[in-house]
Amino acid sequence: MKRFIGFVKKEFYHIFRDKRSLFILFGMPIAQILLFGFAITNEINNVDIAIFDKSNDATTQEIIHKIAASKYFSIKQHITNEAEIETVFQKGKVLAVLVFEKDFKKNLTKENSAKVHIITDATDPNTANSITNYISAIIGSYRQEINKNVNFEYQIETKSRMVYNPELKSVFMFVPGVMTIILMLVSAMMTSISITREKELGTMEILLVSPLKPFQVIVGKVIPYIFLSIINAIVIVLLSIFIFKMPIQGSLFLLALESVLFIITSLSLGILISTVSATQQTAMMISLMGLMLPTILLSGFIFPIASMPLPLQIISNIIPAKWFIIILKGIMLKGVGLYFIWKETLILAGMTLFFIALSVKKYKIRLE
Amino acid sequence: MSISVKNISKSFKTVNAVDDVSFEVKEGELFGLIGPDGAGKTTIFRILTTLLFADKGTATVAGFDVVDDFKEIRNHVGYMPGKFSLYQDLTVEENLTFFATIFGTTIEENYELIKDIYVQIEPFKNRRAGALSGGMKQKLALSCALIHKPKVLFLDEPTTGVDPVSRKEFWEMLKRLQQKGITILVSTPYMDEAALCDRIALIQHGKILQIDDPKEIVKHFPTTIYDIKAANIYKLLLALKEYKHSYSVYPFGEFVHYTDKREDFNPQELQQYLEANNHQNIKIEITKTTIEDTFMELAK
Repeated sequence: MKRFIGFVKKEFYHIFRDKRSLFILFGMPIAQILLFGFAITNEINNVDIAIFDKSNDATTQEIIHKIAASKYFSIKQHITNEAEIETVFQKGKVLAVLVFEKDFKKNLTKENSAKVHIITDATDPNTANSITNYISAIIGSYRQEINKNVNFEYQIETKSRMVYNPELKSVFMFVPGVMTIILMLVSAMMTSISITREKELGTMEILLVSPLKPFQVIVGKVIPYIFLSIINAIVIVLLSIFIFKMPIQGSLFLLALESVLFIITSLSLGILISTVSATQQTAMMISLMGLMLPTILLSGFIFPIASMPLPLQIISNIIPAKWFIIILKGIMLKGVGLYFIWKETLILAGMTLFFIALSVKKYKIRLE
Repeated sequence: MSISVKNISKSFKTVNAVDDVSFEVKEGELFGLIGPDGAGKTTIFRILTTLLFADKGTATVAGFDVVDDFKEIRNHVGYMPGKFSLYQDLTVEENLTFFATIFGTTIEENYELIKDIYVQIEPFKNRRAGALSGGMKQKLALSCALIHKPKVLFLDEPTTGVDPVSRKEFWEMLKRLQQKGITILVSTPYMDEAALCDRIALIQHGKILQIDDPKEIVKHFPTTIYDIKAANIYKLLLALKEYKHSYSVYPFGEFVHYTDKREDFNPQELQQYLEANNHQNIKIEITKTTIEDTFMELAK
């Protein structure tokens, strides 16, 4: 036991004396969460649009006022002919042009139908989509207003309510994702690097020719990173609560336990990587390419899994991050208990056992 | 026997790193593996320290088999690899404490053993190991390899890259350790260090050329060696190689070492040959045979 403590102590020396790793360890989570929280967002806000009003009557004025009054759009410019539409888009001044047909009010009252044309700049499809939806919604609500006193015999009214994230704040979606990525990165990459560093510097040779047992070396390497990852998880949760006002609906205790489980999963992956790579660089490349990319792309963090092609959906099942994000969203946003996420928890635990068993099998007690 | 190696062979892909090597090291002996880079010294060390499996043959260290009892061996040997393998970001004292701890001992417990060596680096005990000079790094590495009082000490090229003064000190330390009953297996590419061992094995291309007391090895050298010097050493070398009676010619420090095929060789004759070839300041003297000469002869 004394040997083991001595080993862990040495690991802490390594971490605290390497300023760069320390910076990665503690700077990155804060930078990422702030970046994702503030800069990278799907919400639209003050989007510049242009209006081409061919009819210019009371109704179109009313609609334009409604749009201008919302915080989502600001009307940059009024245009007067068809050709200008192309020009404003090309200049990149606006992201959408709203075209009202001629005799809008007349058509509406006489024929019960009038047309408005929404043209969006779809170089950024997500934003274009959101703009279309927002404008349609505003016009839709206006239509309901003027129809208030009219009675249709059959009418289907759709009312939607966004639960768990009523304001559709994208930061709520990013927090679980960022937390997953950071825990993965810190745990897997840092452990794999720290083990391969011993190989590269030749100190592994001395450690092997010593009475230290392989599991003492591995567990000794891992313990400091468990500790640091927990601190990171706490920092992320605190940031999201106090800066982004994200409510944690579920039990903090369950959240902590699940996080520790995922940290151990990532660490076991890190150990596995270190057993197959001989240099720190290889370990880093495998961690970044083999873990980070799939974690970002296939975990459902940024792109919804349901809208992926089937083969990718199947592959996403072997990404531990996918399950952890489901668990995190469940606890943080829906406030569910273990009863609803036991399956995901079990999958993570199973993966962890598998990785550990594989690394123990692959760990070399000799040089070849 | 402290170390016993029987018919060990080991190859990497197509290279025969170690080829049917056998030798024995007595308890308390200072045994040297002498050979150039790539001779297979490090591979032998790694097999004996249980880091590699041999393809063929058996070996025991301190009475333990290197394959079956590898755990015992790892408790009882000290190993200093060729590359400096300590933690550069830890201080001198932290490194030593770390190695003491993982071997289940403390610095105080075995301080007596490392005292001679450690006192020299103790003034720098709070300095990071990475900031030490080459000689001090070696002393620290040796201290770390000794801190658990090993029965057998493996030193793989401990003096490579170390200045001559530190090298000399290092060998004096080895002599003192030997008196404390520790068996030492040391490898070196420096032939002058070979004379300081009790016995040496000359090794090249994975094969042992000869094993003996360094004095004996020199005694058995068949002919007389001449130190030859001239104004232009390179031209001299070429001229000697062309000389029809020459047996071996190779540069040796500031001289060229020369041996002749004939039993009744007369240096005067060679002098005339060289003068005829326009060499100036020619000097020909009989010299003492060194281990390097023996090695060159055996490796021929």
